[in-house]
Amino acid sequence: MTVLADHLIILPIVLPLLAGAFLLLLDDRRRPVKAALTILVAIALLVIAVTLLFRASGSTALAETVSYRLGDWPAPFGIVLVLDRLSAVMLVLTSILALAALVFSLARWHRAGPHFHTLFLFLLVGLNGAFLTGDLFNLFVFFEVLLAASYGLVLHGMGVVRVKAGLHYIVVNLAASTLFLIGVSLIYGVTGTLNMADLATRIPGLNDTDRMFMEAGAAILGVAFLVKAGMWPLSFWLPTAYAAASAPVAAIFSIMTKVGVYIILRLSLLLFGPGAGESAHFGSEVLLYGGMATIAFGLVGVLATQTMSRLAGYSVLVSSGTLLAAIGVGNAAATSGALFYLVNSTLAVAAFFLLTELVERGRDPGADVLAVTMEAFGYTDEDDITEEVEVGERIPTILAFLGGSFVACALLLAGLPPLSGFLAKFALMSAIMDPAGFGTGGPQFVVTWVLIALLILSGLSAMLAMTRIGIQTFWSPLEIAVPGVRGVEVVAVSFLLLLCVALTMAAGPVLDFMEDTAMSLHAPAAYIDSVLPNGGASRGATP
Amino acid sequence: MEIIIAVAIGVLTGSGLWLLLRPRTFQVIIGLALISYATNLFIFGMGRLRSNAPPILEPGGSSDLATLADPLPQALVLTAIVISFAMTALFLVVLLASRGLTGTDHVDGRETDL
Repeated sequence: MTVLADHLIILPIVLPLLAGAFLLLLDDRRRPVKAALTILVAIALLVIAVTLLFRASGSTALAETVSYRLGDWPAPFGIVLVLDRLSAVMLVLTSILALAALVFSLARWHRAGPHFHTLFLFLLVGLNGAFLTGDLFNLFVFFEVLLAASYGLVLHGMGVVRVKAGLHYIVVNLAASTLFLIGVSLIYGVTGTLNMADLATRIPGLNDTDRMFMEAGAAILGVAFLVKAGMWPLSFWLPTAYAAASAPVAAIFSIMTKVGVYIILRLSLLLFGPGAGESAHFGSEVLLYGGMATIAFGLVGVLATQTMSRLAGYSVLVSSGTLLAAIGVGNAAATSGALFYLVNSTLAVAAFFLLTELVERGRDPGADVLAVTMEAFGYTDEDDITEEVEVGERIPTILAFLGGSFVACALLLAGLPPLSGFLAKFALMSAIMDPAGFGTGGPQFVVTWVLIALLILSGLSAMLAMTRIGIQTFWSPLEIAVPGVRGVEVVAVSFLLLLCVALTMAAGPVLDFMEDTAMSLHAPAAYIDSVLPNGGASRGATP
Repeated sequence: MEIIIAVAIGVLTGSGLWLLLRPRTFQVIIGLALISYATNLFIFGMGRLRSNAPPILEPGGSSDLATLADPLPQALVLTAIVISFAMTALFLVVLLASRGLTGTDHVDGRETDL
């Protein structure tokens, strides 16, 4: 039994890979079979991920890190998969989003183009692999798997807008992949290893010249991840691409920026933690200021945007910026707040992307732009008000559902009580204000207050923009058109939102868990020991 | 040898970057290809440039690591070549789709007014 349990780690990668490849053999006309199989795989992945989460959270040990050696090659030479709390959380989050997006796509989106299910499963392979791997080059390979699938998915449904946005998306990500390769090879050229844990043991002992090259490599590598995460000067592609993608694809894409954030979090704490000698806290200022710039850019974008889907895209940027800045702050409390915020904002943004498509379905394209333009010119449709005043008009159930979900999304994204967005932001801010965080390597006093002001302002701007769009959509439409919404779509959106509610109710235990996760991330010795049981000494042996 | 490789990588990257910023999709794809060549050379160079050094251990041959080349960057280059080739092919398809749908080969899907 223990043997089987050990191999469970590889399943999140192998299962969707095999299923996706098998689905290629089925003709696209047998779509119900494909959809059923894909959803079964997604459910299985969720079960596996939850099992792994329980495994990683362990009973007593601070960090129950499990490493899995592929082909049983000894650690620095072979490729390892590493499961710790952080990667288990990300796996669970991925499978939740995948399940919701797939259920949502059942209504109509999975019919919009060929091989949707296969591409979707391959995207899951890449995502799960990127979260599990402990090897830099292996990470590159999983990134490419993920990106290749995402290129197909962003074009899913075709159309001029998607092809145009997809073209830009592909070019930006191909260029970022080249940077990734340059960074990885530079690091290999200096340190002679690609294993993340081995790298962490070698960094403190580098001489000055090598350290300079290694830091240059890490910086180039970081740029590649920051493109993915959407940090400010590298993020102009993101809102367009996300707004153009079909709803279920955009929902699963909301975790793709988090892949970049995850890698940055993992590598900056593992490689450049306090134990890294002179390289300690390398890049944390960049993350802090870059994150703040991203929040500011996203904030302006949220206010300026005229359509719901672009609003969702800019919300992704705001949440990325918040996370990057929190990582840049660099104390364990901020990290745990950031992790809670990550889970919460990913679920909320995904739900919002799904909801956006449902709401916009019932409206004229361009109605948003029209409404805002009319407002700007002071034109109100008073002439259109007819005399028939219906007292106690019945609100259609679907509109009530959409409106309620919209309010929930607004509360979550703006970070207002009573939902979990508030708790996440509160945890984050209290950690940033925590006097213990002002210590060594932390940001200066002024910067901290600017960051807190930005966080509050971003909530305010989200509230303003959501209120404006909500009023235009639900309260004062030119004509009320009830969009046709299928049951499965309602299920998918409510699933995500109910999870956020559950997150609110179970905030105490979840925050405790995130605190443990953050503590283990800030003390990477357990991670390194798990990957390299003999310590760095094994390097002396011949391969 | 180092200076030639270094200059070659620099020229390839420079030309690739310039082409990448051009407005025509074909220029962009050639630029991406040039940059990926430069990257592949760079990865190869990270295993240190040596001539007459085989990357494999032969039975009965020298087991002195100083006479052998590092095989790992060569394996990495192979992976990188395959991936960048596949991505370029995929991008070509999107390029053609964009050309077909918008009727222009401008990266923004429409000509800019001069």
